[in-house]
Amino acid sequence: MMIMMNQAAFDTVQVGDKPVSFTLPPLSRLTLALYCGASGDHNPLHVDIDFARSSGMPDVIAHGMLSMAYLGRLMTDWVPQSALRELSTRFSEMTHVGDELTCVAEIIGKMKTDGEPRARLKLTVTDQRGGVKLQGEAVVALA
Amino acid sequence: MIDKRFIGHAMPAFEVDVEKGRLRFFAKAVGLSDPVYVDEAAAQAAGHASLLVPPTFFFCLEMESGNVAEIRTLLNLSYKNLLHGEQAFTYHRLAYGGDRLRFEQRIADIYDKKGGELEFVMRSTIVTNQRQQLVAELKNVIVQRNPK
Repeated sequence: MMIMMNQAAFDTVQVGDKPVSFTLPPLSRLTLALYCGASGDHNPLHVDIDFARSSGMPDVIAHGMLSMAYLGRLMTDWVPQSALRELSTRFSEMTHVGDELTCVAEIIGKMKTDGEPRARLKLTVTDQRGGVKLQGEAVVALA
Repeated sequence: MIDKRFIGHAMPAFEVDVEKGRLRFFAKAVGLSDPVYVDEAAAQAAGHASLLVPPTFFFCLEMESGNVAEIRTLLNLSYKNLLHGEQAFTYHRLAYGGDRLRFEQRIADIYDKKGGELEFVMRSTIVTNQRQQLVAELKNVIVQRNPK
Protein backbone atom coordinates (compact mmCIF):
# COMPACT_ATOMS: atom_id res chain seq x y z
CA MET A 1 0.00 0.00 0.00
CA MET A 2 1.04 3.58 -0.63
CA ILE A 3 3.09 5.25 2.10
CA MET A 4 1.97 8.79 2.80
CA MET A 5 4.29 11.60 3.83
CA ASN A 6 2.68 12.41 7.15
CA GLN A 7 3.00 8.87 8.41
CA ALA A 8 4.43 8.40 11.93
CA ALA A 9 8.12 7.42 11.92
CA PHE A 10 9.32 4.09 13.32
CA ASP A 11 12.30 5.62 15.11
CA THR A 12 10.33 8.32 16.91
CA VAL A 13 7.47 6.10 18.11
CA GLN A 14 8.05 4.38 21.49
CA VAL A 15 6.19 1.66 23.39
CA GLY A 16 4.07 3.37 26.03
CA ASP A 17 3.46 6.49 23.91
CA LYS A 18 -0.12 7.65 23.60
CA PRO A 19 0.05 9.36 20.22
CA VAL A 20 -3.62 10.24 19.88
CA SER A 21 -6.77 10.55 22.00
CA PHE A 22 -9.99 12.54 22.14
CA THR A 23 -13.09 12.96 24.27
CA LEU A 24 -16.43 13.35 22.55
CA PRO A 25 -19.39 15.49 23.63
CA PRO A 26 -22.15 13.68 25.58
CA LEU A 27 -23.71 11.13 23.23
CA SER A 28 -26.95 12.54 21.81
CA ARG A 29 -30.04 10.87 20.40
CA LEU A 30 -29.39 12.78 17.18
CA THR A 31 -26.01 11.06 16.83
CA LEU A 32 -27.68 7.66 17.30
CA ALA A 33 -30.32 8.58 14.70
CA LEU A 34 -27.70 9.74 12.19
CA TYR A 35 -25.64 6.59 12.76
CA CYS A 36 -28.76 4.43 12.36
CA GLY A 37 -29.42 5.92 8.92
CA ALA A 38 -25.82 6.20 7.76
CA SER A 39 -24.74 2.75 8.89
CA GLY A 40 -27.85 0.93 7.71
CA ASP A 41 -28.25 -0.68 11.16
CA HIS A 42 -31.94 0.01 11.72
CA ASN A 43 -32.32 -2.05 14.89
CA PRO A 44 -34.97 -0.07 16.85
CA LEU A 45 -33.16 -0.79 20.13
CA HIS A 46 -30.75 2.04 19.22
CA VAL A 47 -33.25 4.77 18.34
CA ASP A 48 -36.79 3.97 19.50
CA ILE A 49 -37.28 4.43 23.25
CA ASP A 50 -40.78 2.89 23.07
CA PHE A 51 -39.30 -0.25 21.57
CA ALA A 52 -36.47 -0.29 24.12
CA ARG A 53 -38.95 -0.03 27.01
CA SER A 54 -41.12 -2.78 25.57
CA SER A 55 -37.97 -4.94 25.59
CA GLY A 56 -37.43 -4.23 29.28
CA MET A 57 -34.68 -1.65 28.82
CA PRO A 58 -34.90 1.78 30.49
CA ASP A 59 -33.72 3.57 27.35
CA VAL A 60 -32.08 3.02 23.95
CA ILE A 61 -28.45 1.87 23.82
CA ALA A 62 -25.80 3.03 21.41
CA HIS A 63 -24.58 0.92 18.49
CA GLY A 64 -21.32 -0.81 19.39
CA MET A 65 -20.15 -0.15 15.86
CA LEU A 66 -20.59 3.60 16.40
CA SER A 67 -17.94 3.40 19.12
CA MET A 68 -15.77 1.27 16.85
CA ALA A 69 -16.16 3.92 14.13
CA TYR A 70 -14.73 6.37 16.68
CA LEU A 71 -11.73 4.05 17.06
CA GLY A 72 -11.32 4.10 13.27
CA ARG A 73 -11.46 7.89 13.38
CA LEU A 74 -8.87 7.86 16.20
CA MET A 75 -6.48 5.99 13.92
CA THR A 76 -7.13 8.13 10.82
CA ASP A 77 -6.69 11.26 12.97
CA TRP A 78 -3.15 9.96 13.59
CA VAL A 79 -2.09 8.31 10.32
CA PRO A 80 -3.50 8.26 6.79
CA GLN A 81 -5.97 5.42 6.33
CA SER A 82 -3.60 3.82 3.80
CA ALA A 83 -1.30 3.04 6.77
CA LEU A 84 -3.98 1.17 8.74
CA ARG A 85 -3.39 -2.59 8.56
CA GLU A 86 -5.69 -3.98 11.28
CA LEU A 87 -8.45 -2.75 13.55
CA SER A 88 -10.22 -4.99 16.04
CA THR A 89 -12.26 -4.70 19.21
CA ARG A 90 -14.26 -6.48 21.86
CA PHE A 91 -17.49 -4.92 23.03
CA SER A 92 -17.49 -4.99 26.84
CA GLU A 93 -20.24 -2.73 28.15
CA MET A 94 -23.31 -0.99 26.77
CA THR A 95 -23.09 2.72 25.94
CA HIS A 96 -25.98 5.02 26.85
CA VAL A 97 -27.34 8.41 25.82
CA GLY A 98 -25.36 11.13 27.61
CA ASP A 99 -22.18 9.08 27.98
CA GLU A 100 -19.01 11.03 27.33
CA LEU A 101 -16.70 8.70 25.45
CA THR A 102 -12.93 9.02 25.58
CA CYS A 103 -10.88 7.17 22.95
CA VAL A 104 -7.20 6.53 23.66
CA ALA A 105 -4.48 4.75 21.67
CA GLU A 106 -1.29 3.46 23.28
CA ILE A 107 1.69 1.91 21.49
CA ILE A 108 2.23 -1.62 22.84
CA GLY A 109 4.67 -2.97 20.28
CA LYS A 110 6.89 -2.25 17.31
CA MET A 111 7.76 -4.84 14.71
CA LYS A 112 8.61 -5.46 11.10
CA THR A 113 6.15 -7.59 9.12
CA ASP A 114 7.17 -8.58 5.59
CA GLY A 115 9.87 -5.91 5.89
CA GLU A 116 7.37 -3.19 6.75
CA PRO A 117 7.90 -1.23 10.00
CA ARG A 118 4.70 -1.35 12.03
CA ALA A 119 3.31 -0.47 15.44
CA ARG A 120 0.67 -2.31 17.45
CA LEU A 121 -1.64 -0.17 19.55
CA LYS A 122 -4.03 -0.84 22.37
CA LEU A 123 -7.26 1.10 21.89
CA THR A 124 -9.80 1.84 24.58
CA VAL A 125 -13.14 3.58 24.72
CA THR A 126 -14.14 4.60 28.25
CA ASP A 127 -17.05 6.61 29.62
CA GLN A 128 -17.08 9.51 32.09
CA ARG A 129 -16.98 7.05 35.02
CA GLY A 130 -14.00 5.15 33.63
CA GLY A 131 -16.15 2.22 32.52
CA VAL A 132 -14.48 0.39 29.65
CA LYS A 133 -16.85 0.13 26.70
CA LEU A 134 -14.49 -1.21 24.05
CA GLN A 135 -11.06 -2.81 24.23
CA GLY A 136 -9.39 -2.96 20.87
CA GLU A 137 -6.16 -3.13 18.96
CA ALA A 138 -4.79 -1.65 15.77
CA VAL A 139 -1.74 -2.27 13.62
CA VAL A 140 -0.40 0.64 11.56
CA ALA A 141 2.44 0.93 9.09
CA LEU A 142 5.13 3.41 10.04
CA ALA A 143 7.48 5.35 7.80
CA MET B 1 -27.16 -25.70 21.22
CA ILE B 2 -26.14 -24.25 17.86
CA ASP B 3 -25.48 -27.02 15.35
CA LYS B 4 -21.69 -27.19 14.93
CA ARG B 5 -21.96 -28.97 11.60
CA PHE B 6 -22.35 -25.49 10.07
CA ILE B 7 -18.70 -24.70 10.84
CA GLY B 8 -17.14 -23.96 7.45
CA HIS B 9 -20.49 -23.28 5.79
CA ALA B 10 -20.18 -20.66 3.01
CA MET B 11 -22.99 -18.16 2.53
CA PRO B 12 -23.98 -17.05 -0.99
CA ALA B 13 -21.63 -14.27 -2.14
CA PHE B 14 -23.10 -10.84 -2.84
CA GLU B 15 -21.98 -7.55 -4.38
CA VAL B 16 -22.59 -4.04 -3.08
CA ASP B 17 -22.18 -0.66 -4.80
CA VAL B 18 -20.34 1.89 -2.66
CA GLU B 19 -22.49 5.01 -2.86
CA LYS B 20 -20.79 8.37 -2.39
CA GLY B 21 -23.81 9.91 -0.66
CA ARG B 22 -23.75 7.15 1.96
CA LEU B 23 -20.04 7.74 2.52
CA ARG B 24 -20.65 11.46 3.17
CA PHE B 25 -23.58 10.65 5.47
CA PHE B 26 -21.45 8.13 7.42
CA ALA B 27 -18.57 10.62 7.71
CA LYS B 28 -20.99 13.17 9.14
CA ALA B 29 -22.53 10.66 11.57
CA VAL B 30 -19.18 9.65 13.07
CA GLY B 31 -17.43 13.01 12.76
CA LEU B 32 -14.82 12.26 10.10
CA SER B 33 -13.70 15.74 9.14
CA ASP B 34 -10.79 14.87 6.81
CA PRO B 35 -11.88 16.06 3.33
CA VAL B 36 -10.88 12.69 1.79
CA TYR B 37 -14.12 11.34 3.34
CA VAL B 38 -16.49 14.07 2.19
CA ASP B 39 -15.03 16.08 -0.71
CA GLU B 40 -14.33 14.10 -3.86
CA ALA B 41 -12.11 16.80 -5.40
CA ALA B 42 -10.00 16.89 -2.22
CA ALA B 43 -9.77 13.09 -2.21
CA GLN B 44 -8.58 13.11 -5.82
CA ALA B 45 -6.11 15.90 -5.10
CA ALA B 46 -4.70 13.64 -2.36
CA GLY B 47 -4.13 10.89 -4.94
CA HIS B 48 -7.30 8.85 -4.40
CA ALA B 49 -9.79 7.59 -6.98
CA SER B 50 -12.76 9.01 -5.04
CA LEU B 51 -14.05 9.33 -1.47
CA LEU B 52 -12.46 6.77 0.87
CA VAL B 53 -14.47 3.99 2.46
CA PRO B 54 -13.76 4.56 6.20
CA PRO B 55 -12.24 1.69 8.24
CA THR B 56 -15.43 0.32 9.79
CA PHE B 57 -17.80 1.08 6.90
CA PHE B 58 -17.09 -2.34 5.39
CA PHE B 59 -19.24 -3.73 8.22
CA CYS B 60 -22.11 -1.48 7.08
CA LEU B 61 -21.69 -2.54 3.46
CA GLU B 62 -21.75 -6.14 4.62
CA MET B 63 -25.21 -5.49 6.09
CA GLU B 64 -26.48 -4.49 2.64
CA SER B 65 -26.83 -8.16 1.75
CA GLY B 66 -30.31 -9.04 0.56
CA ASN B 67 -30.83 -11.23 3.60
CA VAL B 68 -28.98 -10.01 6.68
CA ALA B 69 -30.90 -12.51 8.78
CA GLU B 70 -29.62 -15.45 6.74
CA ILE B 71 -27.10 -16.72 9.29
CA ARG B 72 -29.59 -16.21 12.11
CA THR B 73 -32.15 -18.23 10.20
CA LEU B 74 -29.65 -20.91 9.20
CA LEU B 75 -28.43 -21.39 12.78
CA ASN B 76 -31.84 -20.83 14.36
CA LEU B 77 -30.53 -18.03 16.60
CA SER B 78 -32.87 -16.03 18.76
CA TYR B 79 -32.45 -12.36 17.79
CA LYS B 80 -33.47 -11.17 21.25
CA ASN B 81 -30.55 -12.80 23.04
CA LEU B 82 -27.80 -11.91 20.54
CA LEU B 83 -24.89 -9.61 21.27
CA HIS B 84 -22.11 -8.34 19.05
CA GLY B 85 -19.06 -9.65 20.89
CA GLU B 86 -16.10 -8.83 18.69
CA GLN B 87 -15.32 -7.25 15.35
CA ALA B 88 -12.04 -7.20 13.45
CA PHE B 89 -10.81 -5.84 10.14
CA THR B 90 -7.62 -6.56 8.21
CA TYR B 91 -6.94 -4.09 5.40
CA HIS B 92 -5.20 -4.87 2.13
CA ARG B 93 -6.04 -1.86 -0.04
CA LEU B 94 -8.32 1.17 0.07
CA ALA B 95 -11.83 1.10 -1.35
CA TYR B 96 -13.61 4.09 -2.84
CA GLY B 97 -16.97 5.56 -3.68
CA GLY B 98 -18.07 4.07 -7.01
CA ASP B 99 -16.45 0.70 -6.30
CA ARG B 100 -18.50 -2.49 -6.49
CA LEU B 101 -17.40 -4.77 -3.66
CA ARG B 102 -17.96 -8.50 -3.41
CA PHE B 103 -18.52 -10.12 0.00
CA GLU B 104 -17.87 -13.81 0.60
CA GLN B 105 -18.98 -14.92 4.06
CA ARG B 106 -18.24 -18.16 5.82
CA ILE B 107 -19.10 -19.49 9.25
CA ALA B 108 -15.57 -19.86 10.62
CA ASP B 109 -16.36 -21.30 14.05
CA ILE B 110 -19.10 -22.16 16.52
CA TYR B 111 -18.18 -22.68 20.16
CA ASP B 112 -19.59 -22.28 23.64
CA LYS B 113 -18.48 -21.24 27.13
CA LYS B 114 -19.85 -21.58 30.64
CA GLY B 115 -21.40 -24.95 29.93
CA GLY B 116 -23.46 -23.65 27.02
CA GLU B 117 -24.73 -20.52 28.74
CA LEU B 118 -22.88 -18.49 26.11
CA GLU B 119 -22.63 -19.63 22.50
CA PHE B 120 -20.40 -17.94 19.93
CA VAL B 121 -20.58 -17.78 16.15
CA MET B 122 -17.55 -16.48 14.29
CA ARG B 123 -18.10 -15.27 10.74
CA SER B 124 -15.24 -14.55 8.34
CA THR B 125 -15.73 -12.35 5.31
CA ILE B 126 -13.46 -11.68 2.35
CA VAL B 127 -14.01 -8.41 0.47
CA THR B 128 -12.74 -7.96 -3.09
CA ASN B 129 -13.25 -5.12 -5.54
CA GLN B 130 -14.43 -4.99 -9.16
CA ARG B 131 -10.84 -5.70 -10.27
CA GLN B 132 -10.81 -8.93 -8.21
CA GLN B 133 -8.28 -7.38 -5.81
CA LEU B 134 -8.38 -8.29 -2.13
CA VAL B 135 -9.57 -5.22 -0.19
CA ALA B 136 -10.28 -6.37 3.36
CA GLU B 137 -11.05 -9.30 5.61
CA LEU B 138 -13.63 -9.08 8.36
CA LYS B 139 -14.14 -11.21 11.43
CA ASN B 140 -17.35 -10.96 13.39
CA VAL B 141 -18.23 -12.76 16.62
CA ILE B 142 -21.81 -12.81 17.84
CA VAL B 143 -22.79 -14.17 21.23
CA GLN B 144 -26.05 -15.89 22.05
CA ARG B 145 -26.96 -15.80 25.71
CA ASN B 146 -28.90 -18.82 26.95
CA PRO B 147 -29.95 -17.81 30.48
CA LYS B 148 -30.67 -20.79 32.68
